[in-house]
Amino acid sequence: MNPLAPPRAVRVVIGLVVGVVFAVPFVATVLFTLTPLPGGSGLSLDRWAGLFDPANAAKYRPVWTGLGNSLLLAGVTVLLVVGLFTPTMVLVALAFPRLRRVFEFVALLPISLPAIVLVVGLTPIYLQIGRTLGTGAWTLAFAYGILVLPFAYRSIQASIDAIDVTTLAEAARTLGAGWGSVLLRVIVPNLRQGLLAAALISVAVVLGEFTIASLLNRQTLQTALVVVNKQDGWVAAIFTLLALAFAFVLLLVIGRVGRIGAGRKTP
Amino acid sequence: MTAADTPIRALPDAAASTLATGTRAGVELRGVVKEYGSTRVLHGVDLDVAPGEFVSLLGPSGCGKTTALRVLAGLEPADGGEVRIGGRDVSRVPTNKRDIGMVFQSYSLFPHLRVLDNTAFGLRRRGVGATEARRRAGDALDLVGLGHLGDRYAHQLSGGQQQRVALARALVTEPRVLLLDEPLSALDAKVRVQLRDEIRRIQLRLGTTTVFVTHDQEEALAVSDRVAVMGAGRILQVGSPEDLYSRPAGAEVAAFVGASSVVPGIVSAGTVSVWGQRLPLLAPAPDGPCEVFVRPENVRVVAPGDSGVDAVVESSTFLGSMRRSMLRVDDGTGVHVQHPAEVRLTPGDRVRIRVDAVPALTRPVTSSSAPAGG
Repeated sequence: MNPLAPPRAVRVVIGLVVGVVFAVPFVATVLFTLTPLPGGSGLSLDRWAGLFDPANAAKYRPVWTGLGNSLLLAGVTVLLVVGLFTPTMVLVALAFPRLRRVFEFVALLPISLPAIVLVVGLTPIYLQIGRTLGTGAWTLAFAYGILVLPFAYRSIQASIDAIDVTTLAEAARTLGAGWGSVLLRVIVPNLRQGLLAAALISVAVVLGEFTIASLLNRQTLQTALVVVNKQDGWVAAIFTLLALAFAFVLLLVIGRVGRIGAGRKTP
Repeated sequence: MTAADTPIRALPDAAASTLATGTRAGVELRGVVKEYGSTRVLHGVDLDVAPGEFVSLLGPSGCGKTTALRVLAGLEPADGGEVRIGGRDVSRVPTNKRDIGMVFQSYSLFPHLRVLDNTAFGLRRRGVGATEARRRAGDALDLVGLGHLGDRYAHQLSGGQQQRVALARALVTEPRVLLLDEPLSALDAKVRVQLRDEIRRIQLRLGTTTVFVTHDQEEALAVSDRVAVMGAGRILQVGSPEDLYSRPAGAEVAAFVGASSVVPGIVSAGTVSVWGQRLPLLAPAPDGPCEVFVRPENVRVVAPGDSGVDAVVESSTFLGSMRRSMLRVDDGTGVHVQHPAEVRLTPGDRVRIRVDAVPALTRPVTSSSAPAGG
């Protein structure tokens, strides 16, 4: 036991205070969504049920559209991370190890830039993208691909550092593997945990992103929630809870993936 | 290491029958030059390896031996010269098309594959079907005595076992050349000797042309048909282990191969005089004072009245069948002496020693005359 650790009572108090700080808004939101419809009393699930009421379909359509867009964006962003960012990181590790510091700095940069700064830079780029690739909802994934770099970098780099990429690649080359085989059959399988974690974190970031989507006038889950919130505060709260639950499940999955990985090292 | 090394098992006949012996090819390096930035690490290396031959590249760390091997494998491009395998210039051929097998110094098994699939990897890349590849991989594992560990992962094996699997994986494709880059240096002494002898046994059995890089002269002398001693990016001498030991081409080779003491001598009339004993010269040397390389086994402890020189025993080490003692001659020169275990020398004893009249190598006098080698 760490001799510097505070006594048990202090720890319990700290735990309680922190717990309450987190729990109060959460519980309040849950209670809010359980508010009965006008005329009712006590707590009811009517507003949850109303979500699927065909009568409300028109009112909630932006949310469903936004959710669809966000899921599409999450998918494209993950593709960018796995298909573009990962091979680049492997290339840096194998062929340009001296670039690693520079690369790390660039990859971590987006976390220190306010979204509004990013948008100012992105606006002219999106004018161009709009002309060449159209203004489909998925194009926002280019911006999100940059936004998730710091998170993806951390988890993938940890996996790369855990194996001797150079020796494994050289061994595969001497055994007759071309570069495609080296990447797909040797390196990627050994980065599986890092890739999975990077993908899940990217999904979580994309589903929670509001500022860039809003400033670029895109319809995503978060922007739709704001719109709907102006007419119906309850439904926004319900979707917020659902998004929270989804993110919670994602984090659980990430945690489990990490633990399975750790377990494999000690048979 | 998670498991003890398994003892070498008897070689099943089936294993030998599936690994063909007809794939041997010669290897030639012609004036290979390699530079890192402005530093030249290989100064025109020439080396011929005959088909089926086992040649070691021996030298201290930083002498360029690993770089030479990596150029041969195509893992580093050469900045000049030519690499030939089986008579064909492969300088522009990428590593994966050179038909080589290689075992690395660091453990290189693929962590996500079981031992059997690791071993089958090269066959699969050559388009061999899964069933056939696994069968031949199993045979190759039998060859290194690990056929029963096929469903393990690399992290469940000891270091020695991992290197044996790496050897099986490199040999299963019946490569034209086997390249070994200090494969034993991460292993402990006992496993190292065991695996070293096993590599040689398998190599003789399959007849695969082999280039073996090591900094351990004992290792090189023990297993090689020929040894190429390297120093500072050049090949200093190529010869059989016996040649290198008894007829080193120069002082650098003499100092690196085997243990030698360096003692003062005087050259005159084509011989060199050491402690009153005249020795023939291995290589011509100018008359006058010089330094002479003397092997421990060529120094004798003699009776006090005999010709020779007096020395004080500093230490004595029991090596089983014999003893090796460190003596200091009255002029300050340190000398290693190898003698029968029954001759007990105690530190502080004064003894008389003499050197055998075997051909000796000399070098000009340098500032320090400490014993070289160990």
